[in-house]
Amino acid sequence: MHEIYEFDWSSIPGALPYLMHGMVISLEITASAVIFGIVWGTLLAMMRLSSISPLSWFAAGYVNLFRSIPLVMVLLWFFLIIPHLLETIFGFPRGTDLRFGSAIAGFALFEAAYYAEIIRAGIQSVPKGQISAANALGMTYGQGMWLVVLPQAFRNMVPLLLTQAIILFQDTSLVYVSALADFFGAAYKVGDRDGRLVEMLLFAGAVYFIICFAFSQLVRYYQKKLKVA
Amino acid sequence: MIIIDNVSKRYGDFQVLTDCTTKVGKGEVVVVCGPSGSGKSTLIKCVNGLEPFHRGEIKVNGVSVGDPKTVLAKLRAHVGMVFQNFELFPHMTIMENLTVAQLKVLGREKAEAEERGKQLLDRVGLGAQALKYPGQLSGGQQQRVAIARALAMDPVCMLFDEPTSALDPEMINEVLDVMTELAQEGMTMMCVTHEMGFARRVAHRVVFMDHGCIVEDDAKEAFFAHPSSERARQFLAKILHH
Ligand SMILES: Nc1ncnc2c1ncn2[C@@H]1O[C@H](COP(=O)(O)OP(=O)(O)O)[C@@H](O)[C@H]1O
Ligand SMILES: [Mg+2]
Repeated sequence: MHEIYEFDWSSIPGALPYLMHGMVISLEITASAVIFGIVWGTLLAMMRLSSISPLSWFAAGYVNLFRSIPLVMVLLWFFLIIPHLLETIFGFPRGTDLRFGSAIAGFALFEAAYYAEIIRAGIQSVPKGQISAANALGMTYGQGMWLVVLPQAFRNMVPLLLTQAIILFQDTSLVYVSALADFFGAAYKVGDRDGRLVEMLLFAGAVYFIICFAFSQLVRYYQKKLKVA
Repeated sequence: MIIIDNVSKRYGDFQVLTDCTTKVGKGEVVVVCGPSGSGKSTLIKCVNGLEPFHRGEIKVNGVSVGDPKTVLAKLRAHVGMVFQNFELFPHMTIMENLTVAQLKVLGREKAEAEERGKQLLDRVGLGAQALKYPGQLSGGQQQRVAIARALAMDPVCMLFDEPTSALDPEMINEVLDVMTELAQEGMTMMCVTHEMGFARRVAHRVVFMDHGCIVEDDAKEAFFAHPSSERARQFLAKILHH
């Protein structure tokens, strides 16, 4: 005969400030990785589309490499190798907590590979005549890209970029491999401490679901509006 | 003003242009016509270097287009071009379309650029549309904006690539009227178009192309009265009788 599991949610209210702090870390990692990922992804996309073959090859290699290895492995490399490198090369004092920076760097470099593909498709969706028109007005390649092509490309891509950001937000939970107390890590620690792991993980799952679902509804709404315009 | 001397171009094995030679003098209006696929767009795009060419030479205002030392952006800033599909920038207002290159390419002050933009919008009869977006205008209006945008750069000559062939018939004249006025003011113009009424009114010369070659290059009167080649005669008969 086995006992029926009795749920006990009482450890949640007291842990809220700690969980909140974890959520801030999750959001900070997401936001920084999205921003750096888009900037680096845009450069990669432009290299990939460039007529200079070494640049194009480099970008293609980069994208294929990062899309072929598991994210958790990239993160582990960053947690294990980068702090070590910084200590030996730049003489950072031993034990400096670089996990936060490493996490952002790992996510940004990984996500850039995905953003690069989205942005490449976005750039290609802008009619070629637009570049001709920009050039015919005397704009350089850079001016045409910056003033004419990219603004249109990004307008078309916003829904995809935001959807990718939602995936990234969920993936930030992987930083638990470094014991960094993001939202998931914080929930896990509290549950472990109080012997209420099941409740805490259910609660954390519900929070992730609500945030991601609400955000993706917002993306869908924006997408509809874009189509009408 | 524009000198095209023995220009040839290939796409791989396909010869698009073969030994094309013609010129457009200052204040002259030259109409280029010919069947679809004969290389008219390619030729006119060679003039401002949007298309590279393999042999021959093109000079615009004394500057060689094919010379690797020529800064093409600089040359293009003073050669206006109008496209079949308008190619206005859809994410900018009409006024921004008219000022962006003045600001970023010519380095004009904002007030000056807007003043010039306003002048030209009024001139093409669209002064009231400055704050709208291209998508809110009809095709004819968009093409007039595109002409104004090119004129805002104070070009030494204007290139037109079938400016009316994407338009509904009732909008063709509003665009041709703007072009006619421009021609009468002495603008140097090279126009790819099948509007023979326009050619009769304002052209000085007509160039007829077929299979990448310039088959005829005549004064307007001579071209319409008695085209020397059979192909031009057939082409004219088809165009005038449809
Ligand atoms: N990028 C390209 N690659 C290969 N062939 C092309 C390309 N652009 C145009 N062509 C070919 O060159 C020929 C001339 O094209 P074009 O100059 O556009 O003719 P037109 O403007 O007189 O209709 C056409 O047969 C077309 O198929
Ligand atoms: Mg054409």
